Amino acid sequence: MSEFLEFHDVSKRFGTIQAVADATLEIRKGEVFSLLGPSGCGKTTMLRLAAGFERPDKGRILLDGRDITDLPPNKRQVNTIFQSYALFPHMTVRENIAFGLRVAKRPKPEIDSEVERMLHLIRMTGQADKKPDLLSGGQKQRVAIARALINKPQVLLLDEPLAALDLKLRQRMLIELDMIHDEVGITFLYVTHDQGEAMGLSDRIAVMESGRIEQVGTPVEIYEAPRTSFVAAFIGDTNFLEGEVTGLEDGEYSRLEIAGVPDIICFNDKSIRPGNPVFLSIRPEKVHISRDKPQEERLRNMMPAVVEDVIYLGSTTKYWVRAGELRVQVLRQHSRFFLDEKPIRWNDAVWVWWHGDDGFMLERYREVDEDLLAVPPRKVGESDGGNGKG
Amino acid sequence: MKTGARKKLQEALVSSPSLLWLGLFFLFPTLLVFVLALRPANPYGGIGQGWTLENLRRLADPSYLEVAWRTLEISLVTTIICLLLAVPVGYTLARVSLKWRNLFLMLIIIPFWTNFLVRVFAWKVLLHPEGPIKHVLVFLGLAGPQTSLLYNAGAVVLVSVYTFLPFTILPIFAAADKFDFQLLEAARDLGARRSQAFRRIFLPGIRRGLFTAVLFVFIPALGSYVIPDIVGGPGGELIGNKIAQRVFVDRNLPLASAISAVLILSVLAPLAAVLFLQRKDERPEIL
Repeated sequence: MSEFLEFHDVSKRFGTIQAVADATLEIRKGEVFSLLGPSGCGKTTMLRLAAGFERPDKGRILLDGRDITDLPPNKRQVNTIFQSYALFPHMTVRENIAFGLRVAKRPKPEIDSEVERMLHLIRMTGQADKKPDLLSGGQKQRVAIARALINKPQVLLLDEPLAALDLKLRQRMLIELDMIHDEVGITFLYVTHDQGEAMGLSDRIAVMESGRIEQVGTPVEIYEAPRTSFVAAFIGDTNFLEGEVTGLEDGEYSRLEIAGVPDIICFNDKSIRPGNPVFLSIRPEKVHISRDKPQEERLRNMMPAVVEDVIYLGSTTKYWVRAGELRVQVLRQHSRFFLDEKPIRWNDAVWVWWHGDDGFMLERYREVDEDLLAVPPRKVGESDGGNGKG
Repeated sequence: MKTGARKKLQEALVSSPSLLWLGLFFLFPTLLVFVLALRPANPYGGIGQGWTLENLRRLADPSYLEVAWRTLEISLVTTIICLLLAVPVGYTLARVSLKWRNLFLMLIIIPFWTNFLVRVFAWKVLLHPEGPIKHVLVFLGLAGPQTSLLYNAGAVVLVSVYTFLPFTILPIFAAADKFDFQLLEAARDLGARRSQAFRRIFLPGIRRGLFTAVLFVFIPALGSYVIPDIVGGPGGELIGNKIAQRVFVDRNLPLASAISAVLILSVLAPLAAVLFLQRKDERPEIL
């Protein structure tokens, strides 16, 4: 595994908008790499830079060690799946798929057999002579994939390829894309705003925001160890806790005071010194909740709390609890449904706890990222203001 | 059933004025032309009794064939030049920002505010032996002092292109405006050169607009009368002038009708064939 498609310090500006700012990225051969971020974060511009539709203002783009920055799209061994599929409406499915080989002036028998092979791969031999207008969304998608793959690109660029499909079809196509990737084994650069797609398909993900790459890592790294508040809030749900380091514990752990609650233990890989402010991100499912007081354990943070809201979500239930000044959301998986179990309800006194390794100190925190989270419910009559949200 | 019949009646009522108009001033005169073509002429400029094929027989005259051939040639050249100019203009118009697009469309439409005859006469002034264009060309050494810019086939083509160009640009622009330009990116992405993408994707994508544009130029050019009459001279005479001469000089309406009838049929027959052969969704849309 080595770097295959590389962006070195690439920037691109459109008028007053800095679409991509100093992006450096290395995509390895054969992997599915996702660019994930909200709309306008620059992910599509990155893809268009790789395809050759845009030239960077500065920086270089390398493919397999060769500088392709100034090559036009037709000279690059990359192919694109467009969000709108961009199938040629005046051509049949067969002609669409054959287009790349036709313009390359390949011999006709070779074109015919390659097209036939592709039609098999996407299971559309029966629809080969239809015009794209007569195809369903999923079929168009498959034709677009075949049309791109027939050129044997070194990298396949996918621009939100599933965005135009409905939910069930999206899930099916996601599996299909995964199978196609396993079969052809070429590198995928996948652009999406959907964290589920990115998580499910990718070997590695780059999270982008405002033209910058916030974090690169495997789906697990991105989810479990977000480095910034944006990554933590954009991928999944989380709790942000603001506190101050009061002491160190065993060198590896810190003792924090958060909203008046002292002695909260947190893994400290950033070696932040006592006296410094920190922001913690804790995923709701890492926080446990029960009526009974749990056992005291080393590295276990626990506190009494009051339930403010209960949201039943089928396989899980979300609880908003208040512990002093703190508001924490807790996600609980229903492993078994006991009829005799007394359910946790509003205003119940409960205990919440989490392990010291599950709180994660953020390198960078921005308050605006809290807007990405579900807003905690407020009690009737409670003043709006408090922590500045809403 | 009742409402259906009522709807039909309403539709008939709404379309009756235009049907009446077309019938009275288009269909009836056209039929009259076909009828007159089969009548003999009398020496006093009137229409004789009985039926004859004499008028049609006289069309075999080599002088008619020569003019017919020239008409076809000039119309084709005019159509090709118009398309060559209009496709890049239509492409550009569809790609520029709305502000520029409106400005350019305005510039294309403004000449219509001046009467067509006046504009053709203006060309006569421009191309005149003592006119500005001639002076500039002679000054640049591109034309001799004896070269005539007026009264030849070239002048007819030039003024025809000038006249019909807006009618070519507008349908091509309308088609290009609906064209999905991402298709060109897709073609380039798949390995097509700029020219290949243009030829294989853009031109087929605007084919309806191209077809409409051809109809808008070629047919009027075939029947063109005013332009060759004013700037054509003897070397630029077209079939339209022949028809006019039969009417105004010879006072031979049946012969003029015969030429007209043959012209109409020779345009209509291939067009009907094309429209019949084309699928419904490929038919040209008029603006």
